Amino acid sequence: MSLDSKIPEGPLAEKWTKHKFNLKLVNPANKRKYDIIVVGTGLAGGAAAASFGELGYNVKAFCYQDSPRRAHSISAQGGINAAKNYENDGDSVFRLFYDTIKGGDYRSREANVYRLAEVSNNIIDQCVGQGVPFAREYGGLLDNRSFGGAQVSRTFYARGQTGQQLLLGAYSALSRQIAAGKVTMYTRNEMLDVVIVDGKARGIITRNMITGEVQSHSAHAVVLATGGYGNVFFLSTNAMGCNGSAVWRAYKKGAFFGNPCFTQIHPTCIPVHGDQQSKLTLMSESLRNDGRVWVPKTVETAEKLRKGEIKPSSIAEEDRDYYLERIYPSFGNLVPRDVASRNAKNICDEGRGVGETGLAVFLDFRDALERDGVETIKAKYGNLFQMYEKITADNPYKTPMMIYPAVHYTMGGLWVDYNLQTTIPGLYATGECNFSDHGANRLGASALMQGLADGYFVIPATISDYLADMPYDKVSTDHAAFKEAEQEIKDRINKLLNINGKRTVDDFHKELGKIMWEKCGMARNEKELKEAKVEIQKLREEYWKDVKVLGVNEELNMTLEKAMRVADFMELGELMVDDALDRNESCGGHFREESQTEEGEAKRNDEKYTYVSAWEYKGDDKPAKLHKEELVFENVKLTQRSYK
Amino acid sequence: MEKVRNYTLKVWRQPNAESKGAFKTYEVKNISTGSSFLEMLDILNEELSEKGEDPIHFDHDCREGICGMCSLFINGQPHGPEEEITVCQLHMRTFSDGATITIEPWRAKAFPVIKDLIVDRTAFDRIIQAGGFISVNTGAVQDANAIPIPKQNADLAMDAAACIGCGACVAACKNASAMLFVSAKISQLALLPQGQVERKKRALAMVEQMEKEGFGACTNTYACSAECPKGIDLSNIARMNREYFSAAISS
Repeated sequence: MSLDSKIPEGPLAEKWTKHKFNLKLVNPANKRKYDIIVVGTGLAGGAAAASFGELGYNVKAFCYQDSPRRAHSISAQGGINAAKNYENDGDSVFRLFYDTIKGGDYRSREANVYRLAEVSNNIIDQCVGQGVPFAREYGGLLDNRSFGGAQVSRTFYARGQTGQQLLLGAYSALSRQIAAGKVTMYTRNEMLDVVIVDGKARGIITRNMITGEVQSHSAHAVVLATGGYGNVFFLSTNAMGCNGSAVWRAYKKGAFFGNPCFTQIHPTCIPVHGDQQSKLTLMSESLRNDGRVWVPKTVETAEKLRKGEIKPSSIAEEDRDYYLERIYPSFGNLVPRDVASRNAKNICDEGRGVGETGLAVFLDFRDALERDGVETIKAKYGNLFQMYEKITADNPYKTPMMIYPAVHYTMGGLWVDYNLQTTIPGLYATGECNFSDHGANRLGASALMQGLADGYFVIPATISDYLADMPYDKVSTDHAAFKEAEQEIKDRINKLLNINGKRTVDDFHKELGKIMWEKCGMARNEKELKEAKVEIQKLREEYWKDVKVLGVNEELNMTLEKAMRVADFMELGELMVDDALDRNESCGGHFREESQTEEGEAKRNDEKYTYVSAWEYKGDDKPAKLHKEELVFENVKLTQRSYK
Repeated sequence: MEKVRNYTLKVWRQPNAESKGAFKTYEVKNISTGSSFLEMLDILNEELSEKGEDPIHFDHDCREGICGMCSLFINGQPHGPEEEITVCQLHMRTFSDGATITIEPWRAKAFPVIKDLIVDRTAFDRIIQAGGFISVNTGAVQDANAIPIPKQNADLAMDAAACIGCGACVAACKNASAMLFVSAKISQLALLPQGQVERKKRALAMVEQMEKEGFGACTNTYACSAECPKGIDLSNIARMNREYFSAAISS
């Protein structure tokens, strides 16, 4: 099977408009004859389900939480980018496109990224129309701030809880469609498989998390909006329930997996406190607008700090190393995330890290507080400062915050074409669960943009092109394909419940996470990746022999839910390692130690690796097959990314 | 070095909605003061799993205080003793060594227990479905800056919109009233020009649904706002009453 990205012909700026005209339509009266399943109710899924309902399709939406309003998009703090140029600082659609392509280290598709930048403006309009209370100036117009990787202010925000407000906007639109009877909402339901009939995605299998009932749902098309798989690392900023099972099941049914190794490690997270840690907390990138990142100049001073012999405030200005400002004078503290993270790691590796563990750097607001006053800083970051203090018991108004990188986002995901369709006809992937727009590194405030772009504007347009050729006939859930898939799931559940091993699910998950973090994390090399592959295989084998899953299927059983997710992570982790091994270049968040410049910056190899890796499942005992989608750049020149 | 502490926990266990629940006592040891409350429960659950006992089920997800999933009633207070945080942000340094901690689910007729500490809060979703939205289809909007909104109103709308829908207000209220939750959404939309067209219809429909779900009446005890993890202000309830009565009179 060959990859067809279906990128439309014509000049970059006209592709989407022209493409929309060329897409087949379903007439309004016929839309009600089609059923669409949407899995996940975050920004992408919530927006898609609501928009489908408005258009007249019958929608079934699913989420594992108790309400669609709780999807993890809600945790996004800082903001959402749009090329409005309200600030008159030289922004444009092309500049947002350019920044995003460059930020992604030239490993994303020009056409997709341009479309993203193009619809970014519609998103802001849409959200304001829904009553999203974005921050405003005294004149009543919208306010903007800056984010990493850009030299313009194009980020719209709602205090430090932009994701929450955007999600509640999508949730309100979704709620309206539920009330109108166009969307049937299934909460506390987890998708466990996708069902293929005659080569097309025709439904899903779910487990009702309260009753344990395994159910089939049939439709004309299935849209996945299930988020990222960062929890493969055990510790991440993802919500506890975030998982990769939906995309992994789709992969095993024939959908190619794109760039699985591209993981974003976010530079500003609260450092790990110890072994009892269950998850990591992000501090918004917006803090880098006013906070200055530093460590002591010498290892000796850092040691004294770690032992608590001196306080950060007692370190003189000339003994501080504001290393981001020093190394990257033009972007300073606002370098992209991958660059900021890697530098923090290097500094800590040198022994200049702070905090009890030495795995932290300072993010200091002293100068901003002196310059702007406490009230201004409080208005901008009050809730973030409060959150930090609750977690660490340190007051960031008085002493610098401590931060360290943590797994945050996965740029990789299901491979999709320009229409967001996977390699399985009728199966679509939107938002974080596809690979499409961020290349090897996502810029801040772009995840919300992509989720809503896909959900509100892209998928409602592209799905009609597919449905227009579909007969109205429904596939019965009594069809053999559904029954087989149901049985497979039931067998899998029974198998897990009957292992009766000694080790808990979390214990295995922690070990997997440790392998991934140490060998497929911020820096990767061939030797360790090869070790990781063997270790994961061994761990997986042990998992199926020795995991302990208590209780029964026919009740609320969180151990069982988690056991199924971890079983999939055990396989997904290995594919990430395979992909990281294949890509012997450094790009964005993927840093291969073998490929760096003299200054230690990521060094791409455009001759060999200007492609999207698309992995095809070939069976449990066979290696996955790599397909390459060559990336063609007609509008930007590939350069060594420089933020100096 | 971080300190470790020991606690006695009295936890509400209830296998499912039909069965009768009861408190069960557990001892937890060597809990780091830097651990969160939910991490403490994770540790207990790992121990229970190792012993072959059913872990304590509780709702949680983002563990950053924003998704609204976590919902524990700790020592008689929703989300525990600290102000303006959710359980997932509560840390064990708050509890002294050797303390006994009582953990219950939200208790309200409209929030039936599903298992242990997990309750069904879909009543909140149905209230939003009744009218907690602006009827605008995707694409049918004007430029975002076409209508200036006074900063003060935008800020007040944001204050109200900060609600995470956790249900602590209901759990805190002796009448299990949902007025704070409902009023937060009504206020947010009533304060914005975009919300004006459906203003009356919205207030009537949401209040009606709230009553249908079996939430109690408000008797001005103010526990809801005092216990709200996001500090949603009581004035929203006053605004909702104004919205509701003026809509009821004129319709």
